[in-house]
Amino acid sequence: MVKVAVIVPAYNEEKAIAGVVNGINAIAPGTDIHIDVIVINDCSLDQTALITSKLKCTLLDLPVNLGIGGAVQTGFIFAFENNYDYAMQVDGDGQHPPAEIPKLIHAIIEKNLDVVIGSRFLENKGFLSTFSRRMGILFFKLLIQMLCGIRITDATSGFRIINKKALSLVSEQYPDEYPEPESIILFWKHNLKIGEVPVQMRERQGGQSSITAFKSLYYMIKVSLAIFFKYLKSK
Amino acid sequence: MPIKIQIISIAMSVSFLIYIGRLIVKGKLREEYAIFWIISTLVLIVFSFWRNGLDIISKMLGVYFAPNLVFTVAIFGIFIYLIQLSLVVSKLHDKNKKLSQDIALLKNKLEKELKEKINE
Repeated sequence: MVKVAVIVPAYNEEKAIAGVVNGINAIAPGTDIHIDVIVINDCSLDQTALITSKLKCTLLDLPVNLGIGGAVQTGFIFAFENNYDYAMQVDGDGQHPPAEIPKLIHAIIEKNLDVVIGSRFLENKGFLSTFSRRMGILFFKLLIQMLCGIRITDATSGFRIINKKALSLVSEQYPDEYPEPESIILFWKHNLKIGEVPVQMRERQGGQSSITAFKSLYYMIKVSLAIFFKYLKSK
Repeated sequence: MPIKIQIISIAMSVSFLIYIGRLIVKGKLREEYAIFWIISTLVLIVFSFWRNGLDIISKMLGVYFAPNLVFTVAIFGIFIYLIQLSLVVSKLHDKNKKLSQDIALLKNKLEKELKEKINE
């Protein structure tokens, strides 16, 4: 029996969270695969915690707002301590359709990888985000390819699954802010095998992106710097 | 140098020192962060009394225009101290993160155990 923890970081997601959690609980991933939903409420200001506490899931309630990285890491620590075989991240805003979850689970089991990222750009189907964001993603793809020599078409995708080996790493160290592109370097540094599978995403169902227009320049600079310094840093 | 400005600078330095002292006594400022301020205030007081000191040191170091020495030393000191503060903030950030994660995990464990007890 394979135990999978589906980690859902949620910040002010009262409109979308119930749909996401129920959606994940409704999928049938196949025989011998058991899914548990773990919602991390990142100190939301709305009713997220109250709504989530009535759903079929584990609720981890952060006392202060840590940002997406710190929230997801809380889930990773929980999954690691409770001996899950795989941990998966699914955003709480409904961007990641639950129907795509089994694809990632099967990919990581069958291809025997350590990290599998769901990518929008392998088949270019579904919601592909705005032009400027796609340019940012292309930039990260080139940067990561240049530094590590691996091809990650959707470095900003939070839709990913990791195995126990990667879990022990990220429960120790994981970036706080905008962790997705940066953590790829972290995985690569620790010689983890990273793969991608094509997925479709939707437009967010509610809530706000953690990256607003004003912050996008800061985002690009910060993440590029983080990638670069992670690359230089020894393990 | 006129006596007036000397008196003003001594008075300012001393009152600044007293202010720092009061902050420490009240427990608002930790000693390790106050060291920097106390030392720099003491330096100011020394130079307020020792009127030719700045010129003498500047000449010794080969600095022709004494105020340049003041600015260089002051800016350098401030930079180092700011970096030190950024380090402190980064460390606090990490500690804060670990603490909140632990609290969230403990809360969950506690609730689970309470529920089990109620069910028994």
